[in-house]
Amino acid sequence: MEALADFVNLYFLPGVAVGCIYALGAVGISLIFAILRFAHFAHGDVMTFGAYVAYSLVASLGWSVYLALPIAIIAAAFLGVAVDRLAYKPFRKSPGIIVVIASFGVMLVVRSLIQLIWGVDVLNYETGIRKPIELFGGFRIAQKHIIIILVSVIIAAGLHWFLSRSRMGKAMRAMSDDADLARISGIDTERVVRWTWLIGGGLAAAAGVFAGINSKLHPSVGWDLLLPLFAAAILGGIGKPYGAIVGGLAIGIAQEVATYPWIADMPLVPPAYKNAVAFFVMVCMLIWRPTGLFRGRVL
Amino acid sequence: MALLEAKGMVGGYGGMDILNGVDLAVDAHEVVVIIGANGAGKSTAMKALFGLVALRAGQVSLGGKDITNAAPNDLVALGMGFVPQERNVFRTMTVRENLEMGAFLKPAAQTRVMEQVFGLFPVLKEKADQPAGELSGGQRQMVAVGRALMTEPKLLMLDEPTAGLSPLMMEQIFERIVAINKEGIGILLVEQNARQALAVAHRGYVLATGRNRFTGTAEALLGNPEIGQSFLGG
Amino acid sequence: MDQQFLGLFMYALSLATMFGIYGVLCLGLNLQWGFAGLFNAGIAGFFAVGAYTTAILTSPESPHYLGGFGWPPILAMPVAMLLSGLIAWPVGRICLGLKGDYLAMATIGISEIIRLVLKNEDWLANGTMGISTVPRPFESLGQPWGNVAFLAFVLVVMLIVYVALERAWISPWGRTMRAIRDNELAAAAIGKDVVRFRLEAFVIGAAVMGLGGALSAMYFKFIGASATEPLLTTFLVWVMLIIGGSGNNRGALLGAGLVWFIWSGTELLTNRLPAEWITRSSYMRALLIGVLLIVVLQRFAKGILPERPPRRIDR
Ligand SMILES: Nc1ncnc2c1ncn2[C@@H]1O[C@H](COP(=O)(O)OP(=O)(O)OP(=O)(O)O)[C@@H](O)[C@H]1O
Ligand SMILES: [Mg+2]
Repeated sequence: MEALADFVNLYFLPGVAVGCIYALGAVGISLIFAILRFAHFAHGDVMTFGAYVAYSLVASLGWSVYLALPIAIIAAAFLGVAVDRLAYKPFRKSPGIIVVIASFGVMLVVRSLIQLIWGVDVLNYETGIRKPIELFGGFRIAQKHIIIILVSVIIAAGLHWFLSRSRMGKAMRAMSDDADLARISGIDTERVVRWTWLIGGGLAAAAGVFAGINSKLHPSVGWDLLLPLFAAAILGGIGKPYGAIVGGLAIGIAQEVATYPWIADMPLVPPAYKNAVAFFVMVCMLIWRPTGLFRGRVL
Repeated sequence: MALLEAKGMVGGYGGMDILNGVDLAVDAHEVVVIIGANGAGKSTAMKALFGLVALRAGQVSLGGKDITNAAPNDLVALGMGFVPQERNVFRTMTVRENLEMGAFLKPAAQTRVMEQVFGLFPVLKEKADQPAGELSGGQRQMVAVGRALMTEPKLLMLDEPTAGLSPLMMEQIFERIVAINKEGIGILLVEQNARQALAVAHRGYVLATGRNRFTGTAEALLGNPEIGQSFLGG
Repeated sequence: MDQQFLGLFMYALSLATMFGIYGVLCLGLNLQWGFAGLFNAGIAGFFAVGAYTTAILTSPESPHYLGGFGWPPILAMPVAMLLSGLIAWPVGRICLGLKGDYLAMATIGISEIIRLVLKNEDWLANGTMGISTVPRPFESLGQPWGNVAFLAFVLVVMLIVYVALERAWISPWGRTMRAIRDNELAAAAIGKDVVRFRLEAFVIGAAVMGLGGALSAMYFKFIGASATEPLLTTFLVWVMLIIGGSGNNRGALLGAGLVWFIWSGTELLTNRLPAEWITRSSYMRALLIGVLLIVVLQRFAKGILPERPPRRIDR
């Protein structure tokens, strides 16, 4: 029993929290990939941007980071739209690879702007350690994990409503299903693209803020998560937002749980190789099942 | 004046011309059919009318308004509907959602027109909440046609709506096309099943290698032995 | 020699040496992307293999990690290339079936795994501490002549790679490679072994990147995790090739020189700024490079020196 509690407290629940962060980022990557047909390498830096916007509010106005979250989401959503207008829009008719390379440029620009504005020091949203909350029978959960998981669930529910009920959400699904047919149906695809960036950027900000809460804030906090995000998006199947959520959770949990001493007393995977789990899953999926678990597309 | 009029269309894919000067016209209330061998450029001509293939020369007008190389979603707003030959439904979306996407530009009329479409294709009402990718070929064609009807177009363009369907299903589809036309919608149809198509059409065009080969009333084309041999299967 | 002049001179030497090293990396990438259209985003991994191999082979013996074996640098370089190529071979075998973005994600994933191993396996390469006893050729000549000699060495290596790739470009091999890049199906239809050609370009390109890593380890006399960051290797090299002009070896070198000059050379100007701005100036330069990349892509998608087809001999 105690061993189970340890497993849940120290490996599983942190894994779920990390998984939520991945899920939020991966949904945007998956949607952008399906609708604009390119792997958005600057997505991690959009996350970082959101995290720093929240930090500014926390540091200057003394807000709680959770209060700052909606503002960060809005700011990053608009950053997404602006970046698309300035950097990606001229390439709508070019081969996808050109846009990927342009996203390298955006990555440099956004990150260096963050470094210029906020500096390069490692920051914290709040100092001090909070006591974890006791659940039943020896189970404990850190406050930050509860909040990350709860807010992620709320965001996911909102996203589900948007994609399955709203006109624009359905148009987004239509366009990721078949962009030409969407155009033929009279859907204003540029408007769909704008919404894609709003959603993708906003979710990225949430992921970035949570990543900062979960550990620390630094200019490459998002970049460090980029590959796990790709891994999650691929695992879930490109163009499958729900798949990306499952993929994110799966990879987050797998990363943490892989460090549990399954055999003997040693961690199965040394903690330093946590990220390798994500990379490994991604490479294997790409090679053997690029459509992902949920039959997404291969572009 | 014709509802849709195209003169001397020249264009193709990536610098290679497929159309070498194609003329087409459809009147309101008319059913017009385009026939021709595989690769003659029928689909390309349709796409060019709908702004999906860029024209290097020539003109297209709708009700007297120049629409050469206009964007597809603007054409939908002007009253054109198009059912392409392939990939003509959103496979991952339900039948209802497919129809809703057709109504993207006219959300106000959505419920009313959807009822009309369900009236035209009752199966679709039964299957309304099933993903379109899971339907049979004929049902999928109906979804595609229904989707195009959702904006209440003045002109409906259909690229081989009966391809791969059983004779019974084909008959049904043609029947519905006639019914749609009776509602006052002009129809431009590409067909491999040329005989059946000409039977319901008013006029027809025969394309060969990106050019007009024959043009005439349906009766005239059906009666022309040369066409009968090479395009109507004897 | 005048102290200030010496400082400037050393600075110019370092700029030029880095240009040579990046030139080699860009040429390697040009072989993969410009010739064969392979979107390799794992430059850092092959660079790291070359650099660590050199460090382990040439550094003096140490109890903390594998080796060092104290080899002469000149012998370590071919081994570094060989090892990078050897690692690229299975990677290429399994990944080259992937298209575009997918290949990029797979290669960057593999490259990060390589970097993680090198960073965390202390017995192999001293882990996060890295190896800081790598000898540099011509060091014994002292400053500045040792640096001059090493620069000459780097430039000669770069030139050899350049000449070899120029010849490859106009050879039937290069022509086939471009045919495959432009139309895989057509090339396969006339009987070209598409898979083999791609693999060749990938492996040789990776070996060239390993060579760049070897030169870099010698130049800095150090290799560690920070030196193989994708930002400074993978992404910067991509920016260089795209700005200079992919599919054009001269473009690759121009890009390497231009971007490195903006990235690092403008330090000369920003050094005069007030102290608080100096630390920030490096971010301004990164900003500038990013903007430059986007503008070049939008204005001249093919780079400053675009690809030119060689005179066609056939037909
Ligand atoms: N997307 C495309 N890119 C390049 N070439 C194309 C494309 N689509 C069609 N073609 C070429 O254009 C020519 C005409 O094709 P099109 O689809 O218009 O023929 P079609 O008359 O509709 O034939 P079918 O009866 O088989 O549908 C063909 O030679 C075809 O290979
Ligand atoms: Mg056709």
